[in-house]
Amino acid sequence: MSVEALSRPLPDGAAAGTLAPVSKAAFKRATTETTATKAVLIGIALLFLALVLVLPLVAVFVEAFRKGAGEFLFALNEPDTLAAIRLTLLVAAIAVPCNLIFGVAAAWAIAKFEFKGKAFLTTLIDLPFSVSPVISGLVYVLLFGAGIVLGPWLKSHGIEILFAVPGIVLATIFVTFPFVARELIPLMQDQGTGDEEAAISLGASGWQAFWYVTLPNIKWGLLYGVLLCNARAMGEFGAVSVVSGHIRGLTNTMPLHVEILYNEYNFVAAFAVSTLLAALALVTLVLKSVLEFRYGDEIAATAKH
Amino acid sequence: MDVSIRNVRKEFDRFPALRDVSLDIRSGELIALLGPSGSGKTTLLRLIAGLERPTEGAVFFGDEDASHKSVQERNVGFVFQHYALFRYMTVADNIGFGLKVRPGATRPPSAEIRRRASELLDLVQLSGLEKRYPNQLSGGQRQRVALARALAIEPKVLLLDEPFGALDAQVRRELRRWLREIHDTTGHTTVFVTHDQEEALELADRVVVMSQGRIEQVGTADEVYDTPNSPFVYGFIGESSSLPVRVEGGQLWLQDRTLGLTAEDVPDGDATLYFRPHDVELITDGCGGCIAGTVAASRRVAGTRRVELEIGGDRHRVEIELPIEHPAAQKNRVAFRPRRWRVFSESGAVGGPVASNGRVHHEELARTGT
Repeated sequence: MSVEALSRPLPDGAAAGTLAPVSKAAFKRATTETTATKAVLIGIALLFLALVLVLPLVAVFVEAFRKGAGEFLFALNEPDTLAAIRLTLLVAAIAVPCNLIFGVAAAWAIAKFEFKGKAFLTTLIDLPFSVSPVISGLVYVLLFGAGIVLGPWLKSHGIEILFAVPGIVLATIFVTFPFVARELIPLMQDQGTGDEEAAISLGASGWQAFWYVTLPNIKWGLLYGVLLCNARAMGEFGAVSVVSGHIRGLTNTMPLHVEILYNEYNFVAAFAVSTLLAALALVTLVLKSVLEFRYGDEIAATAKH
Repeated sequence: MDVSIRNVRKEFDRFPALRDVSLDIRSGELIALLGPSGSGKTTLLRLIAGLERPTEGAVFFGDEDASHKSVQERNVGFVFQHYALFRYMTVADNIGFGLKVRPGATRPPSAEIRRRASELLDLVQLSGLEKRYPNQLSGGQRQRVALARALAIEPKVLLLDEPFGALDAQVRRELRRWLREIHDTTGHTTVFVTHDQEEALELADRVVVMSQGRIEQVGTADEVYDTPNSPFVYGFIGESSSLPVRVEGGQLWLQDRTLGLTAEDVPDGDATLYFRPHDVELITDGCGGCIAGTVAASRRVAGTRRVELEIGGDRHRVEIELPIEHPAAQKNRVAFRPRRWRVFSESGAVGGPVASNGRVHHEELARTGT
């Protein structure tokens, strides 16, 4: 719409078009709304974003630096906090590669082959998304807990699962397990088996076809899935909370540590650790946007979901 | 390398894609598999390549049964319909791929692979494009790269699936001639799939016409065009007109009029007459034995005029070609007799002025089970 149309006071709604003089302003594109409607819609969206997203994020940083940068650094330097950071990195370092391998294998199987139970497997992959994280954690408590066969047997062999690092890793793997697979399945289905057929018709073995042809074709989608998987693995609270036991310095991950610090009224420390998680989120967001912008057509999430 | 397909049947989930197909391809031949979509031509090609496994029957490469060999072991060059070039590899890497993935002992050194790639690029007339990526090439160029890639592994047989399907008409004609040249230079046994009869007739030594999972006819362009052995082939290759007729004592009848055409070997009963619209002889002076009808529609097609005639009481329409200067107009009566024609009885018997040659061929096919 032209400038004069904007400056003229327009009543709300569709009547605006009919009141306008015989100018360009009288024409309204079928898919566009009047200025007023646009302003209201955009306003609501911005207000909501500011309240729900921006404000909390700003608050995290403000609270963390309330007593100055010195206090902030001191809070981060605390041994228990450092242990929580180390543990979170360790868990992600184990869980993400596991899910990467599993995700690629599952997507490869589902996208490139026909077999019985394929639909079931596809549904199963989504299970962690539909189950509450607390239940995911509880499943492991029931499985490896003292009351059931597996728990005592493992204990007698000196293997601790619950309230130890293995339990946290297992719970994290379970919760983050759909990210890579879900990203790759539509992508690989879309690409079909043509390139692989070409490769094997040229004499390549299955492994060579995968390594030289399939993997390069999915690399950006894979990176995207890994990124989301990593963000979730580091930020997971519910499932990990159930299996970890909250032993400070031993089985506390960053999100759990934030909760403990907060409950102890140690706000600066709680928010300081939170800034790390928030920074992780922001970095993920930037990388994700870059990937989507640069390789959008090779990432299923932007095209299909 | 001779390729022999013996009594091959292929079903996809009980749906028959090929029903008992046999075909002998001679070494060095250029063969076209021609048919409408769903006729099984691509399935047959993929069976030769080993990308599909036959439900029954065998595929022989020379004297060797290749049915249970994997795709890799068959050493065929396959050019896919959409080329399936590897996006993240340069043109040179694409072409060299088949050599690079060979097991250690038979793998040429990388300098040799590079040399071979650029040699093949010369052959397909794309010299100097080694460093390009597939998405920097035109459709015709990609097609050439795909062919070069397939040739790089020195295949026993070259198989092409709708090689020119995705290209525009101009490029298509050019590549067609060029493929023929490549074939004549390299001498590979080549099989290509197409639904374009012009392409098949122009390019191939022999054309295999397929329909509904069966081979209808195998022959040179002349054979399948001049002596089609089934109504399907008549209808599918070139243009044709058909007319329901009756055979009585070796004579063709249209209701109560004789057509002046004799088909001695065809048993009495209902049959269908097929002829080419352009292959007719106009009869001007009286009609002792001819097909006569009134002009129902007329249109100009390039250098000739096409008219639709309504024949007989049930106004069956046939199309024939008239010279431009012919005065025929709406409602005019035109009488003609086809020069070359065939009649197919309901029992499957075939008759026509060129029958002898065609019939022998037909029996031959029947014996081999096609």
